[in-house]
Amino acid sequence: MADVELRNVVKKYDDVVAVASINLDIPNHEFVVLVGPSGCGKSTTLRMIAGLEEITGGEITIDGSVVNDLPPKDRDIAMVFQNYALYPHMTVAENMSFGLKLRKFPKAEIKARVDNAARILDITELLARRPKQLSGGQRQRVAMGRAIVRNPKVFLFDEPLSNLDAKLRVQMRTEIKRVHQKVKTTTVYVTHDQVEAMTLADRVVVMNAGRIEQIGTPNDLYHHPATRFVAGFIGSPAMNFVPATLESVGDGLRVRLSDTISFNVPESRVARYKPHAGKQVTFGLRPEHITETRGHHNGTGQEFTAVLDVVEPMGMETMVYFRINGTELCGRVEPTASGNAGEQMPLRANLDQMHLIDPATGLVL
Amino acid sequence: MADTVQTWGSTVPDKAAAKPNKMQKFLRQRSTIAFLMCLPLILIIICLVIYPAFYSIYLSMLNKSQTRFIGLGNFAFLISRDTFWQVVAQSTIFALSAVFFKALIGLITAHLVNNLPVKGQRKWRGMLLVPWVIPLALSTLGWWWMFDPTNSAFNYTLRSLGFEGIPWLSDPYWARFSVILVNVWYGAPFFLIMYLAALKSVPEQLYEAASIDGASAWQKFIHITLPMMRNIIAITVLFSLIVTFANFDIVQIMTAGGPRNMTHMFATYSFLLGIRSGDLPLGAATSLFMFPILGIAAVFILRGVRKRGREIG
Amino acid sequence: MSTITASVPATKPMRTGASLRRSRRWALFASYFFLILFAIFFLAPPYYMVVTALKTDGEMAKLATNPWFIYDGVTLDQFRILLYNTDFLIFFKNTIIVTVCVVAITMVVSVLAAFALGRMRFWGSSILATGIFLTYLVPDTLLFIPMFQIVKSIGLLNSYWGMVLVYPTLTVPFCTWIMIGYFQSIPKELDEAALIDGAGHMQMLFKIFIPVALPGIIAAMIFAFTVSWAAFVYPMAFLYSSDQQVLTVGTVTSLIRGDVYKWGMLMAGALLAAAPPLVIYAFLMDYYIAGLTAGATKG
Repeated sequence: MADVELRNVVKKYDDVVAVASINLDIPNHEFVVLVGPSGCGKSTTLRMIAGLEEITGGEITIDGSVVNDLPPKDRDIAMVFQNYALYPHMTVAENMSFGLKLRKFPKAEIKARVDNAARILDITELLARRPKQLSGGQRQRVAMGRAIVRNPKVFLFDEPLSNLDAKLRVQMRTEIKRVHQKVKTTTVYVTHDQVEAMTLADRVVVMNAGRIEQIGTPNDLYHHPATRFVAGFIGSPAMNFVPATLESVGDGLRVRLSDTISFNVPESRVARYKPHAGKQVTFGLRPEHITETRGHHNGTGQEFTAVLDVVEPMGMETMVYFRINGTELCGRVEPTASGNAGEQMPLRANLDQMHLIDPATGLVL
Repeated sequence: MADTVQTWGSTVPDKAAAKPNKMQKFLRQRSTIAFLMCLPLILIIICLVIYPAFYSIYLSMLNKSQTRFIGLGNFAFLISRDTFWQVVAQSTIFALSAVFFKALIGLITAHLVNNLPVKGQRKWRGMLLVPWVIPLALSTLGWWWMFDPTNSAFNYTLRSLGFEGIPWLSDPYWARFSVILVNVWYGAPFFLIMYLAALKSVPEQLYEAASIDGASAWQKFIHITLPMMRNIIAITVLFSLIVTFANFDIVQIMTAGGPRNMTHMFATYSFLLGIRSGDLPLGAATSLFMFPILGIAAVFILRGVRKRGREIG
Repeated sequence: MSTITASVPATKPMRTGASLRRSRRWALFASYFFLILFAIFFLAPPYYMVVTALKTDGEMAKLATNPWFIYDGVTLDQFRILLYNTDFLIFFKNTIIVTVCVVAITMVVSVLAAFALGRMRFWGSSILATGIFLTYLVPDTLLFIPMFQIVKSIGLLNSYWGMVLVYPTLTVPFCTWIMIGYFQSIPKELDEAALIDGAGHMQMLFKIFIPVALPGIIAAMIFAFTVSWAAFVYPMAFLYSSDQQVLTVGTVTSLIRGDVYKWGMLMAGALLAAAPPLVIYAFLMDYYIAGLTAGATKG
């Protein structure tokens, strides 16, 4: 087990920049998730760590030594692929022991490791089967088992849950977390699913267009996104963004969303936003912070009324969609709140959770 | 548990620091190895295809005893001979008509098999492919026996039905018919297999959508099946044109070019001139005439195969 | 509105339902009918060959009886004459030697090349792949005359080892072509997994690619086998003495002595010679057909 460092790592395919100068420190035992939309360079980054892609510029070190020029087999890493990449002609046990056999481990040691990994993953009774006879979740376990037996310095996961159905995905997510807590191997995990990223990661690396947007703990990213991209990417349904103007009102500030709707900026934020007074900004607020007016009151909630476009009951809550100045917003209300499409509904915005974004730079103010 | 996992220690030696640039070496080595792996194939192609092809051109410009360079003399000689033009015409007739009927029968039988319940399809397909599996020289021998003038099984059947017997191989025109018939018999199953595979690859939903749109069986064939199979039909037809045009076995065994050279094809004619009469240069010149024709077909096939490869993905 | 919706479905679906079933049954009946006709056309020659091979010479000489059937009893005499009084077994032995060698050479050459071309990509690899396909389209009758000269100059004229040398030109290109297709259909992640597991190039080929692409290997082997078993032009042109002859040419030339055609024996020979490909086809039909159709779809 070891720490992994990326220093100004660049990847170009001819003239196309896939990864533009990335810096990332992953300490020993940490579970880091690279997340971002497809084509953001997260998989390329992972594959450069694995040695499956050549590095155009910069340096990658594993356990303190530079591995840029090492082929994958000498990097002492193990990888779990999206389509599992199990060898179809080998049994589960053979799949798991293939890497050890190639490295000429003694038979007894191989068997001990395979048995141990099988026990951790609860696949002991599958050892004699072939991948074709396994379900998706079982294949996923075997793919993880193949990584575990190697006891490598680093685990690399490349969207390992994308091929599973929703229910199994949740289950395997927990499983991966459990295994990591047990073996504590440094892990780099790539996914496009922000929920997966939030639930699994010690730290999340949000990538976009070949660059790192933000690195932080799941809570950091949720509450303190650094950019509009991160604000919009983390959280589901996504954060609402509305073009707004920041107005000075005496000592305080106001965000004006439309001619009729404007909110007072909470006092705790006034100092932070004061320099931007009078400017055009993007107002950001998560759906879960637009609630109904009934129920518990807290001081900062500011009420407004909206005409509902679409109402989506989800059971535990109801999504309501409405427009302000032509921009569609989403709110989450109690399922008991009555309101149909076309009707007016009083809503409350929790402005303690608001964000203001500079529309020119995309940075959160 | 966690302890045992952790104590699995890194038995793998750490070579990272020792040898830099291993990655580049690995990649360079990779293309060298790839080239070495292709070398036997490249040698075979160069020594046994490309070299003979050029040697053939050289050979065709020598005189019979291969002692003197006579330029295009052999070609000029061939062009001046009626028999040569007969060979050109016959090869063309043979290839075009045989391929047409092979493709037609292949298409029909493929559809018939495809109509059957899925369970029985395998059996029928297996049975109908038998002509393709028997080595052509041997099945041609069987056909020859059926065409035999005194014992002809066909003529017996015709006579017992009240018809005249047919001089299958002794009348020039019937002989042409016979060699084409054998070729159709031999080649149609190949088309059947190709078309059946292509039919199976047409998504069932297209037909269902067409049914809902009110298409008749014929309309479905014209508007769905044919467009979806156009490429594979083109590939098989062109491929078969090459093979049929260059066919040797059937004519050589059944008629050896006769009667009166009326069934000679390029292959048999160059065999006659080059091997039987010992005039290798003239034989080489004859077969070289096939080259441009086959070349054009080959280019079109390649285009079709690439397209189909892309379609299939 | 309600009258329209009520009246149309009431009558139409029932009638179309019944006629649909009837027309399906008719289509099926017609399919069987025509397929049987085609089957007769396709299977009559082999059937007639079998009938002839099992007849006595005496029955064949009688022109009065229906030649499609056997009246005077089934006999294996024709096979006995073939095996004891002719060089047939020598042809058979020669063919086996040639075919085994050619299949072995073909598989080694084409699997190595296909692995390199399908996976490793090097300078000129796509040109080479195209070249292979074009070579596959070169018919044997195009080059047999220069080949005659080449085989002669090496001193292999009238030797079946000459066949071992030249047959690979007929088998290698196609086998390489379809193996490229099979190898390319193996997911890229599988070799990446093997790479990370520590496999070298050769381990990758032998431990991953060959086992995974086994159906393709079998299909290619069947192709190489059938082509070299059935080859006719080359042995016809290059072999002339009986002890070197192979089955196809041997059966249609050497067994015919003078003007007297021993048809029963000839058909027995043709059937025995055709038996190995037929047996392989019978047992490995799916691989055989997969190989046949792969050429037009891969690449």
